[in-house]
Amino acid sequence: MTWDWSAVGDFMPRFWDGLLVTLQALVVGSLISFALGLVWALLMRAPSRWVRWPVGMVTEFIRNTPLLVQLFFLFFVLPEWNITFSALTTGAIALGLHYSTYTMQVYRAGIEAVPAGQWEAATALSLPVRRTWTAVVLPQAIRRVVPALGNYVIAMLKDTPMLMTITVLDMLGQARLFSQQQFQFTEPLTVIGVAFILISYPASLLIRALERRLVR
Amino acid sequence: MSADTPLMKEPDANAGADANANPPVDGSELIRFEHVTKRFGTNTVLDGLDFCVDSGKHVTLIGPSGSGKTTILRMLMTLVKPDEGTITVAGERLFPANEQQIRDVRKKIGMVFQQFNLFPNMKVLRNITEAPVTVLGLPKDEAEQRARDLLELVGLTDKADAYPTQLSGGQQQRVAIARALAMRPQVLLLDEVTSALDPELVAGVLDVLRDIARTTDITMLCVTHEMNFARDISDQVLMFDSGRVIESGSPERIFSDPEHDRTREFLSAVL
Repeated sequence: MTWDWSAVGDFMPRFWDGLLVTLQALVVGSLISFALGLVWALLMRAPSRWVRWPVGMVTEFIRNTPLLVQLFFLFFVLPEWNITFSALTTGAIALGLHYSTYTMQVYRAGIEAVPAGQWEAATALSLPVRRTWTAVVLPQAIRRVVPALGNYVIAMLKDTPMLMTITVLDMLGQARLFSQQQFQFTEPLTVIGVAFILISYPASLLIRALERRLVR
Repeated sequence: MSADTPLMKEPDANAGADANANPPVDGSELIRFEHVTKRFGTNTVLDGLDFCVDSGKHVTLIGPSGSGKTTILRMLMTLVKPDEGTITVAGERLFPANEQQIRDVRKKIGMVFQQFNLFPNMKVLRNITEAPVTVLGLPKDEAEQRARDLLELVGLTDKADAYPTQLSGGQQQRVAIARALAMRPQVLLLDEVTSALDPELVAGVLDVLRDIARTTDITMLCVTHEMNFARDISDQVLMFDSGRVIESGSPERIFSDPEHDRTREFLSAVL
């Protein structure tokens, strides 16, 4: 096995394309998981069990089935119902949906960590329930869970290569395509491995710094 | 805003959410508990409790811990529901009552907690203006003026832009008092407001409360272990034991000449 710098050079244009796709999937997937996870968490606190029960079932189901199966399902089954998205959009939705079932647990813990005295003070001031959530409870809960959400973003980053299986040309997809055409595997795979660590390690340092600042 | 509302620094017509509130300050009855019972599991905390408080009075509830004093305040603040009995405030039913009635009565009552319970995500000023703006519909500048007046009253004019965590316990508790008063309640509930404070910070908070007791006609119900404070500000002391009022009277009489053995025992233990 020899290392060929020219293969690295040849791969780089495709690498940048792949990086862009990976980051797009990551950003959209994260935003979906942040928003949807909060929706799940709030629905799980609904007074009616006719709301909590189905939400609990659906999210347990999603959390306990593999992301890869969900990807295939969204990519191959939805078009049969005439719902079609691009491969990248489908992938980002799958990531967001899957991870929303984890972020919901994070939000739940954050909401439960808000002391009972905060709710009592809101009641004593006659704040309406809605206002208590938006002005008192959620700002405190979300501040506390930002680092934990960040950890899921890093986990999601490492799951983005799965999108390759539904034809998305993310970093790994580009590396594989390049390898199949040039019969050079070492260089492109090494490049994307290094790229992953260059993104995720600083991100985890950032999260640790955020943790020190936000979680008190 | 009727003239008998406490702390009328500005005679604004705008604090109108309680415009229908016409509290009698002539010493007529404001709060009435009838046969109120509360159990937590098998533990009966309040057992057929009857008592009433006249408007404008400062009443202190004393008694051993577990005798139900705090539960009474929490029932008035609608944080705890009785199991039986009726509670009436200013002629309106608080229990049993529907949600709308409860909301109406709740606006007449303010509470200061042992642990302050300030909102840590809001600056001091917004802790005080939040409820007047969102609940009473006060314009923001008016609410801020009201908040600044109250901060002056509690001696914290310079802390409007601080976050609660930047304040000492005593300062936080004074902000909490200002926050409760900003809603211009007819009744102020004080739940062991100095118990969580370092000893050297207690005096500042008690001074503020003494000031409020003297200069306003707000009705006060306090649960406290500060007997000197109780003696100082109360018109009436209620001695609780096992979920009942066993003795009540002026502080002078209760403290100097208790009738009941249990009262005597309790006072000799705490004084």
